[in-house]
Amino acid sequence: MLNIKDLRVELEDEDKKILKGVNLDIEAGSVHAIMGPNGSGKSTLSYVLSGRAGYRVTGGTATLDGVNLLDLDPEERAAMGMFLAFQYPVEIPGVGNMTFLRTAVNSQRKQRGEDEMSAGDFLKLIRAKAKTLKIDADMLKRPVNVGFSGGEKKRNEILQMAMLEPKMCILDETDSGLDVDAMKLVSEGVNALRDKGRSFLVITHYQRLLDHIKPDVVHIMANGRIIKSGGPELAIEVENNGYADLLSEVA
Amino acid sequence: MAMAREKIAQAKRDAVDVRLATLAAPTGADWITATRAAAVARLRAMGMPGRRDEYWKYTRADALMQNEAPEAEVFDHDESPVFGEVDRLKIVFVDGVFDAAASDDLALEGVRIEMLSDVAALDIHWAKNLYGVLEEAGQTPVDRPLAALNTGFAEAGVVIHVTGKPSKPVSLIYIHKSTTSDAILHHLVKVESGAELTLLENGPAAARLNKVMEVDIADNGAFHHVRAQGRDHQRRAVAHIFARLGSESTFKSFSLTVNGALTRNECVIEMLGDNSFAHVAGAAMGDGADNPFHHDDTVFVTHVGRDCESRQVYKNVLRNGATGVFQGKILVKQGAQKTDGYQISQALMLDGDSQFLAKPELEIYADDVICSHGSTSGAIDEEALFYLRSRGVPVGPATDLLTLAFLAEAVQEIENPVLAAEIGDRLEGWLTRRRS
Repeated sequence: MLNIKDLRVELEDEDKKILKGVNLDIEAGSVHAIMGPNGSGKSTLSYVLSGRAGYRVTGGTATLDGVNLLDLDPEERAAMGMFLAFQYPVEIPGVGNMTFLRTAVNSQRKQRGEDEMSAGDFLKLIRAKAKTLKIDADMLKRPVNVGFSGGEKKRNEILQMAMLEPKMCILDETDSGLDVDAMKLVSEGVNALRDKGRSFLVITHYQRLLDHIKPDVVHIMANGRIIKSGGPELAIEVENNGYADLLSEVA
Repeated sequence: MAMAREKIAQAKRDAVDVRLATLAAPTGADWITATRAAAVARLRAMGMPGRRDEYWKYTRADALMQNEAPEAEVFDHDESPVFGEVDRLKIVFVDGVFDAAASDDLALEGVRIEMLSDVAALDIHWAKNLYGVLEEAGQTPVDRPLAALNTGFAEAGVVIHVTGKPSKPVSLIYIHKSTTSDAILHHLVKVESGAELTLLENGPAAARLNKVMEVDIADNGAFHHVRAQGRDHQRRAVAHIFARLGSESTFKSFSLTVNGALTRNECVIEMLGDNSFAHVAGAAMGDGADNPFHHDDTVFVTHVGRDCESRQVYKNVLRNGATGVFQGKILVKQGAQKTDGYQISQALMLDGDSQFLAKPELEIYADDVICSHGSTSGAIDEEALFYLRSRGVPVGPATDLLTLAFLAEAVQEIENPVLAAEIGDRLEGWLTRRRS
């Protein structure tokens, strides 16, 4: 599904290397988690994969089903099935949540050469999906993320994921700012989307989220590289001992 | 110094002579002849707008005051005119001349509609107490010479007496046919106590238009106004609205401006009674690529009565060398306690070539008031743009969506959802056409 080879990235505005040769292969239907200390490059990896400006790729490739993502505009990546659940979802005053979602769904369909979804079908679908995430009609009507609590914003990200049905979902610290109940709700939303044709990359600081969204593979990222990969037990090790041991291991 | 000042004043008076050379005094009953003569005397005393005038610092009035209208191509387009879906009483003016054949029957319950040309011939008419009256009052503390010119020479316009709540809006449709037409229109609206009118205006009117509307709203009266200034690229227009509000009354006016070489919209509101609302808003979109675009909103709200609320919400979307101007003032007089005044003017610059010039002013002589004002200009929010693109919305439509969102605060000032939707469609159409 997603294959990253020796990906090297620096900031566009300053001469600062962030990713220093990331290698990562995520097969269809699997859930991978990335953990790592602050500043290790986890969020940068998610932004580079989704096409955010401000980064310069100096080497390596990132392909989704064999297509080099790095050559594509963000909207083309999205239409191919790439989705990033933002750590800080953006507020867009003046654009209704429903309008936003419908525009997104139909923009992707159009790019893929599919028919647009009718207003009626869209409404039926979004009502059903919103219900399972406990998103009420008012949240759908309000401007995108404006005045939403932290938990509401993250639930709204998962709703977008559910509506867009991407192949490759990256969750960037989706657990940050969530209370226990909200985390459970968000995790259930993610788990409901688990499918043999869909993969997840979960970026997190805490093992807690991985209790709910059980990963197949856990990677530890530090200083712009993945320094260790293993099973779910790796996350427990980090939770108990911190990163110090792992870092000294590779040093 | 004194010599230099006198020279400037003389030049402003000379400009009046130039303009008046090609204008003939209209005929009419004694009252209107006297009013027109007084307006011409006012105009001669103040002179035409000059380049040193503070009030004309950002907008050059030359094209509005030269004696011939600069040519303006007639803009033919297939798009159906705005308000097409709205049930309304249509009154058509072609190049500033009333077209009875193209207009509806003027009879409508709750309102009496007459033509200024007919009213001007009558010896006795209520219009005597409104024509030129609010315009003259609005000359203090700021000169508005082009409005005085209008009062002095206007022959055409509608005179509307609102005594009830008519079942549908009155709609003034301005058609531009001649490339050199020079129109002067002067409308009067008198809203009686408890009465309510929605007035729509749309179309370019002429190559050059000078329009004045005087609106007198009695206690408990309401006046809703939505206008769409025509899409002709080369048209030039100066429009003044003078409104006077009684107690517990409502005045709401929204203007949409897309295209136009020069538009100066002045709105002068005096809130005389207590507990009234005056909301004025505008959305202007200009692209200076093939034709110049200069848009100017100049607003002056005076609070005299207590407990009144005024709002000014103006949004400009500019690109390719387009210019937007906002001059907005809230004057709170002594005794106008509990005034709630709000003013916001914002520009969205779609490129680095355009400019937005804003002059917000507050002048307050009462001690228990809330007044706020703000002005911003900026580019599209890159974060929001990336968010939309990351969800699959291509950069063009995503930019349009954010542009419409930017304008939404102004469009939301239109109370009637059907009219708001009509305006929203125009804005979207303008953006879509420019993308393809």
